Amino acid sequence: MSEPFSDKAMLQVDNLAKRFGGIVATDDLSLTVAPGELHAIIGPNGAGKTTLIAQLSGQLKPDSGRIHFGGADITALSMHKRSALGLARSFQITSLFLDLSALDNAALAVQAHAGHSFHFWRDARGEAELRDPARAAITRVGLANRADEPASSLSHGEHRLLELAMALSGKPRMLLLDEPMAGLGPDESARMVEMLRALKQEYTILLVEHDMEAVFALADRITVLVYGRVIASGRPDEIRANEQVREAYLGEAEVEGGPHV
Amino acid sequence: MLKLSLRNVVVGALLVSLVLLPIYAQLAHDRFMLTLFTRILILGMAAVSLNLILGFGGMMSFGHAAYLGIGGYAVGMLAHEHIYSGFIQWPVAILASALFALVIGALSLRTRGVYFIMITLAFAQMAYYIVSGISRYGGDDGLTIYKRSEFIAPLNLSDKTQFYYVCLALLYGSIYLTWRLINSRFGMAIQGARSNALRMRAIGFPTYRYRLVAFVISGTLCGLAGALLANHTDFVSPAMMYWTRSGDLIIMVVLGGMGSAAGPLVGAVALLLLEETLSGITEYWQIILGPLLLLVVLFARGGIDGMLNTLGAKLRTKVRA
Repeated sequence: MSEPFSDKAMLQVDNLAKRFGGIVATDDLSLTVAPGELHAIIGPNGAGKTTLIAQLSGQLKPDSGRIHFGGADITALSMHKRSALGLARSFQITSLFLDLSALDNAALAVQAHAGHSFHFWRDARGEAELRDPARAAITRVGLANRADEPASSLSHGEHRLLELAMALSGKPRMLLLDEPMAGLGPDESARMVEMLRALKQEYTILLVEHDMEAVFALADRITVLVYGRVIASGRPDEIRANEQVREAYLGEAEVEGGPHV
Repeated sequence: MLKLSLRNVVVGALLVSLVLLPIYAQLAHDRFMLTLFTRILILGMAAVSLNLILGFGGMMSFGHAAYLGIGGYAVGMLAHEHIYSGFIQWPVAILASALFALVIGALSLRTRGVYFIMITLAFAQMAYYIVSGISRYGGDDGLTIYKRSEFIAPLNLSDKTQFYYVCLALLYGSIYLTWRLINSRFGMAIQGARSNALRMRAIGFPTYRYRLVAFVISGTLCGLAGALLANHTDFVSPAMMYWTRSGDLIIMVVLGGMGSAAGPLVGAVALLLLEETLSGITEYWQIILGPLLLLVVLFARGGIDGMLNTLGAKLRTKVRA
């Protein structure tokens, strides 16, 4: 059934399927992300984009199909084990440690990958091994001056950046970004696009995003999902020219007055 | 590391006062005061242990009194069998409560929210009924302890002042231990799991094992407090682990403040002194205590500890202005 594993792929998904009762959220979905590639997933609401991310990160178990990451079959692995392998996820709905400081948030992400946490005595906030990479990630996303504020006092845009900083803190090999632009104003969006453009040089990225302008500006490859099924996959110019995509997705978006291409 | 704030000054003053209290009691010939405060120290230690999982770990254990009972009964049962050595009694109390916490924690930590509360409550009530049923050790009526735990001379727990200082040392040790724990990597992990468990797993933490270890440390400390309580009252009974006692411990933690290692001690002092004074005024003292607690929960979210923090911050801005 499944295709032989290609050693050129960073992430390979074969025949993935997931149902919730009568609803098919993921329908025989296959896709490959090459190392260094920024691969965008687009699709109308309810296309199963977040469900796909949840299965890739291990939050949801697929009903069938296989997921390979960096050559290893991770289909049965738990979330924390996938994360330990270098697959980092950012959340569509901001999911932070709101009562901890921004720097603490990032430091926890570093700590998660710094061996076990059965260290009972030493002050964790004084450990350079945790704080330095965390501070670097926070600085990288431009939040250095907010590092010691409680995460709850940061703005929505800053939360999105902190999300990204946390994903970076774990020294990932690949980023799964679930709508990093959600709810951002035009200026913040532009800043995020620049950030992703820079990150693209260093990381393999799977990007789920509604902002079409951002997607077509950043992506090396685009996969279009409709009702959990891949209807097209290719370079941005190929997707733009694809009749099926125009009909199924872009046309509908135009009718809604939504994202334009 | 420690800042000079109103909260820290008040807590510091309390810690020093507790050290000096036996001297005052001696001078004032107030023996009752020493007894009352020994009880406060012991229950304060139980509250401090509860706060590690409740305040910092977000685990709402409604069965914490069970460990008081288990620690207490370890001392009581051994004394009943004429084994008086504290070097046997106390380690048994510690091991028994650690084991109990490990089993309860392993099962209950698979659940969350109301289910977690109900499971911890159910296990504690189970322990309560089991102990009530053991007739060899007094059953419902409890068990009188004729000799306190024996250690090497000159340490003598029958001496009220010595016993007070043993309790004080163990209490302060627990507070220090908690303080180190919550600021360590381990502490960051359990606080992260309280704050956002899903995110913890997403960034790569197996949260269950850290929460379980915190649960066991907390139960073990409380078991040690139980061994102290048995020595204090020279008596153990199933009532030690009745669910209302678990409720008292939660009240101490919430009243004192969950945000700091010493908060629950402040809560224990406040609650037990209130109880003592109010019950002197009227038989229906709980009618006054209830609304007071309500006010604290409604208007001082961080308990007394949080109140002091807010007040200190206000004073500081006033001084600056």
